[in-house]
Amino acid sequence: MPEITRAAAPQDSRLWVERIPPAYWIIGVILLIIPSFASDFVMFQIFGWTFILGMIATSLMFLGGYGGMVSLAQMTFAGVAGYMVAIFGDSAITNISMGWPWYITIPLALLIAVIFATCIGWLAVRTEGIYTIMITLAIAAAFFYFTRQNYDIFNGFQGFNSVLPPRLFGVNWRGPEAFYYLTLFWAAATYFAVLYISRAPFGLALQGVRDNPRRMAALGFNVTAHRVAAYAFSAIPAGLGGILLTWQSAQISPGTVGIQPAIDILIIAVVGGMRHPAGAFIGAFLYVILKTFAVDVLIALGLSGDRFQLLIGLGFLLVVFFSEDGLLGLWHKLRASRARDPLTGERRS
Amino acid sequence: MNARGSTGTENALELRGVSKRFGALAALSDIELTVRPGERRAVLGSNGAGKTTLFNCITGDFPPSEGSIRFFGEDITAFPAQERIRRGLRRTYQISLLFSGLTVIDNVYLACLGVSRGRFSFLRARRDDALVASAEELTRMVNLWDARDTMVSDLSYGQQRQLEIAMALSGAPRFILFDEPAAGLSPTERRELITILNGLPDHMGYIIIEHDMDVALRVSEYVSMMHNGRIFKEGKPAEIEDDPEVQALYLGGDAA
Repeated sequence: MPEITRAAAPQDSRLWVERIPPAYWIIGVILLIIPSFASDFVMFQIFGWTFILGMIATSLMFLGGYGGMVSLAQMTFAGVAGYMVAIFGDSAITNISMGWPWYITIPLALLIAVIFATCIGWLAVRTEGIYTIMITLAIAAAFFYFTRQNYDIFNGFQGFNSVLPPRLFGVNWRGPEAFYYLTLFWAAATYFAVLYISRAPFGLALQGVRDNPRRMAALGFNVTAHRVAAYAFSAIPAGLGGILLTWQSAQISPGTVGIQPAIDILIIAVVGGMRHPAGAFIGAFLYVILKTFAVDVLIALGLSGDRFQLLIGLGFLLVVFFSEDGLLGLWHKLRASRARDPLTGERRS
Repeated sequence: MNARGSTGTENALELRGVSKRFGALAALSDIELTVRPGERRAVLGSNGAGKTTLFNCITGDFPPSEGSIRFFGEDITAFPAQERIRRGLRRTYQISLLFSGLTVIDNVYLACLGVSRGRFSFLRARRDDALVASAEELTRMVNLWDARDTMVSDLSYGQQRQLEIAMALSGAPRFILFDEPAAGLSPTERRELITILNGLPDHMGYIIIEHDMDVALRVSEYVSMMHNGRIFKEGKPAEIEDDPEVQALYLGGDAA
């Protein structure tokens, strides 16, 4: 009996390369060849920044989309990792920075970010919905003020400048092209890791916790431990993003971890869509484009360039007004409606 | 008292003086209940008699206000739900508490995963994984194999009830609580349910809450009657069926 049914189970006999959907090929090839024609500004500022913000937003998408926990502390986790790289590694603030080599500072920075996120998660998972948002917002605010007022470790208002990536393999990783590929690599790694984990036991159980925590406990799961572990995991992509962000601007200061950046991450994740990690990167791209070019658009229209936040706000409003699941949701709606016959409403094959 | 595995002399379930109050309302008063390992027990009673509250206290969905609960000799009164489940206790829910955003097979897989190691694994299961195999076997056992890749939200009511049972049978259950498994089932589905329940291994005891006397009396060896949060009568199915008090209650005589 089992032999028969196992054979009847859908077995995909194609090679793994053949199973990759065409969209992945197209996007993958485009992303790889962009440096051959794009300007330094586009590579470093537009795409580098998109990939970094996308990674931090993915950490929120993981918690929110799979775990049902909306956290405003993801930028704080990123900031913790960024600060740790500056403190343990090299910066212009030589009386604080310890100048340890990269192979110690980077794992250490990530580890501290994970421990920090575990503690925050341990606090936050006791709350639900709006209270989770409030408690994580409070933590983001507290961290911001702490870094601004503490001069012994965080160098206060100034923060750290000249925080540069290591010259590994003799490459200047802050060069536009190198930085583009560096961020692309980690963004892709984040994207595929989150997708993979969503179908692994941990991710499946996390979605179970989101849908029905009471039932999960009745199946033998420790719901609290699972939620805390999700926070801990989310600090890895967030921390990596934070380190890359610090290298990109070559500095980290309280402004990096303020309330506005924390809210920006939420906006990116919601506008992009929380159901799939692709949403985080789509949202990040839109955000970066708006943030970079809104000023020019406004001035071209004869308006004051100071009002670029207005455009971002309007874009945000439009997206959430038309779709409860961001741009990804719009895309799914469009596909679903095109798959239906307009007259009968039946599904086309 | 030994902690885990039973020596065979302990009772599967022993409730002593269990009460549950919600404010002024006494949902359960001084419940004494003893069930031997492998015993099949039915709990009957009208709506609001406290049957589901009794289940919720046993599985730890909420703690009793008073009294103690022993499971195979071990005092589990203060244990969180997941610890009781890992000791071999299972339950189904009256209102389906399923994961509607996941497929049938994923629901059963989660149930198998909950009582195994690797709950926190970041690695995907392989095709020949033991958990996957047992999830597939359970899915087949409750006749849901053809619907294994269907989203739970797209299942019929009867199928959702069957899925509940598959999830309760995951892992190595020692004792199961069935909360109205036949509610809303068609006559055919009821017959299938009776076959599944009677086909369970002998060591697997259960308590079944059931409104349908026909089903309840065919799948149980002993019956406890509840009314207003108390157990007022216990006996063999035949005795209960003929009892005038029970008949009065069920035929709507001087009940309540």
